[in-house]
Amino acid sequence: MTVSMTTRASLLTSLRMMVLLAALLGLLYPFVVTSLSEVVFPSQSRGSLVYDENGTIVGSALVGQPFVGAEYFHGRPSAANYAPDQVSGSNLSPGNATLRERALQEARAIEERDGVTIGEIPVDLLAASGSGIDPHISPQAALIQVPRVSRERNMPITEVKNAISSATENGGIVGQPAVNVLKLNLALDEQARGMP
Amino acid sequence: MNAVIICYALVIGLALPLGLYMAHSLDDDRKAPLDALFRPIEGLIYRFAGVKPDHSMTWRDYAWAVVKLHALLILFAWFTFMAQGVLPLNPDDIAGMRWDTALHTAVSFATNTNQQHYSGQAQLSYLSQTLAIVTLQFITPATGLAVLLAIVRVLLKRKANKQDSASSTTAGVGNYYRDLVRTIVRVMLPVATVVALLLAWQGVPSTYEGAQSIAPLDKGVSISQEIPRGPVASMVAIKQLGTNGGGWYGPNSSVPLENPTAISNIIETVSLLLFPVSLLVATAIITGRRKLMNGIGAVMVAFSLVSSTTAIVSEKMPNAAFIGLSASASPNMEGKEVRFGPEMSALWASWTTQTSNGSVNAMHDSFNPVGGLVTLMDMFVNVTFGGIGVGLIGYLLYLMLAAFIGSLMIGRAPELLGKPLESREIRWISVAILAQPLTILGLTAITVAFPGLAGTSNPAFHGLSQVLYEYTSAFANNGSGFEGLGDDTLWWNLTAVVALLVGRFLPMLAPLAIAAWLAEKRTAPSGRGSLNMDSGAFVGLTAGVIVIINLLSFLPVLFLGPVAEQLTSGF
Repeated sequence: MTVSMTTRASLLTSLRMMVLLAALLGLLYPFVVTSLSEVVFPSQSRGSLVYDENGTIVGSALVGQPFVGAEYFHGRPSAANYAPDQVSGSNLSPGNATLRERALQEARAIEERDGVTIGEIPVDLLAASGSGIDPHISPQAALIQVPRVSRERNMPITEVKNAISSATENGGIVGQPAVNVLKLNLALDEQARGMP
Repeated sequence: MNAVIICYALVIGLALPLGLYMAHSLDDDRKAPLDALFRPIEGLIYRFAGVKPDHSMTWRDYAWAVVKLHALLILFAWFTFMAQGVLPLNPDDIAGMRWDTALHTAVSFATNTNQQHYSGQAQLSYLSQTLAIVTLQFITPATGLAVLLAIVRVLLKRKANKQDSASSTTAGVGNYYRDLVRTIVRVMLPVATVVALLLAWQGVPSTYEGAQSIAPLDKGVSISQEIPRGPVASMVAIKQLGTNGGGWYGPNSSVPLENPTAISNIIETVSLLLFPVSLLVATAIITGRRKLMNGIGAVMVAFSLVSSTTAIVSEKMPNAAFIGLSASASPNMEGKEVRFGPEMSALWASWTTQTSNGSVNAMHDSFNPVGGLVTLMDMFVNVTFGGIGVGLIGYLLYLMLAAFIGSLMIGRAPELLGKPLESREIRWISVAILAQPLTILGLTAITVAFPGLAGTSNPAFHGLSQVLYEYTSAFANNGSGFEGLGDDTLWWNLTAVVALLVGRFLPMLAPLAIAAWLAEKRTAPSGRGSLNMDSGAFVGLTAGVIVIINLLSFLPVLFLGPVAEQLTSGF
């Protein structure tokens, strides 16, 4: 390296460096990655949209939906009411009385809806997710809802359970078994309409 | 537990070859691999910027070049955020940001912090997310690495010490632009491109189309869902790799669009540690001081294992609010996602605070008190691995202090690698280390003294922790938060800016000056009585200095916050 004691890089150099790097990193790099992904992974890159048998978009496999009907499996409590543009967790601390109150109400509702004794409810049905749009529930949380869904839909319990296994993404050795609630409910609806 | 072990194994397995590659790409004295590919790209940048990459700068010029580029970047990003409403690439018609939020955001990203007082999917256009934010997410970690390279060049590299004192005075510390551009072009850009494509494969959106409107399946629900999209994958990759942490969506990588599967979670978790650990390997190779670097690595890994294990144990315990309601012995799932579960959420929380990354895949505000304590401790220490470049620079500060104490303990004049540590060096080491408790505790004290300013959302001890966490995260350039805090206010935006700037530039540039001052001094030959920095005793001493300084500074406030919260939690 040659040495220049007086090299005091001018402000103009900094400015030109910023413009060049911003063009490379802030425009070109995202554009290349995005264009490439759109070609190679067309479905994923547009948000993993889910279509029904008529080709209508019914949601995204990655975005949980609110379910209130008794014939549907219900997802987790959401601090964002499942609004994906307002994603949020509750951010309530374990010692916050508001959290205890919310959990108690949720537990009573589940006890009434699904006949599960308070004290035996799968915790993910009481605890709000981090994103507010968690698309999954645990297999245990799905199983406690089987009798109600089966009754409301006049569908044999084994068929409902089969639908749960089909909608379970187990994540291999690195993941937790997780039931995708939208996919599960969509499959049940399609089955009810006589679709495969 | 499988996934935790796989993550540690992947980091080690990938950091060895990547560290080797980085050493050969960044060291001045080695032939860089793939030179024929990268040299023309760099040449173009140098030519149009008017940079002479072979001109070595003095430490002052080097530091000024860093400050000038970052000042311009802050102005540029500030302007972009405020004007985004009338700029292109804004399919969801997002309005300009308020001036103080925009200033905080610009400074936060220009300091490699990525603390967010806004929700990206609702408050930033695609132009702001890419042109302003992704640009900063590359430049800031590369700057940390560049300053480390300068320090390595003058102080740590074995060869440099063989030169007599006269030549090392005039040799300069290197050229900032050259260090910056090489790091970006040869290391960060290629790795980020690969990771971005892997994430796109797993389902992270990658499109310039606007939000997708959806009518939910259950017709009993009257709302419609607006699913925000964008060129997300390219950002998430460098967010994770560059110890940045600022996500596309408000709740960061807990959002399934930002982190869709167990596999994407492994990729993003490993990315947290990949560059910081690879840099340890690279520094060992470049400096030729394997034993010294082994000692540093051992301390870092030990801190990491203690922190990660404690966090995992904590989050597998029940959340007090659900006791008696949920099935017994359930883990703490409040603020966590089913596809990750408690272990991988806790591992992420500890790694993201060990590295000054600050992205999250679960809400730290809802962690059990001990889990929250772990994240705070990690950010106080901030050299477990630390931010890219600045982690090792921060460790070097503690190393200097340990050398000072150690030398006095064995009755020698204080020295570091044969260079005398004198009052000017020690004064600046002390300033750089003491700035942290002074800034964090000072700002926390003022804010909690005026409850109207604090904006805390949780009661009692946890409310204090929220305020403490915010300033700690800002100073550590981490960026995670106890996010219940109402922090998008004038008070929070402006005071956090102070912590961000002091926490970034003082602990990064003071060691550069100290290294340059030391390099000017004559090297004393090491004798039998010299302090041996490779010895186990010295490694232990350094670890002790780190632990003791942080406990002395922060133990009282930790007792008022998470410790009191745990003791009053009833179990």
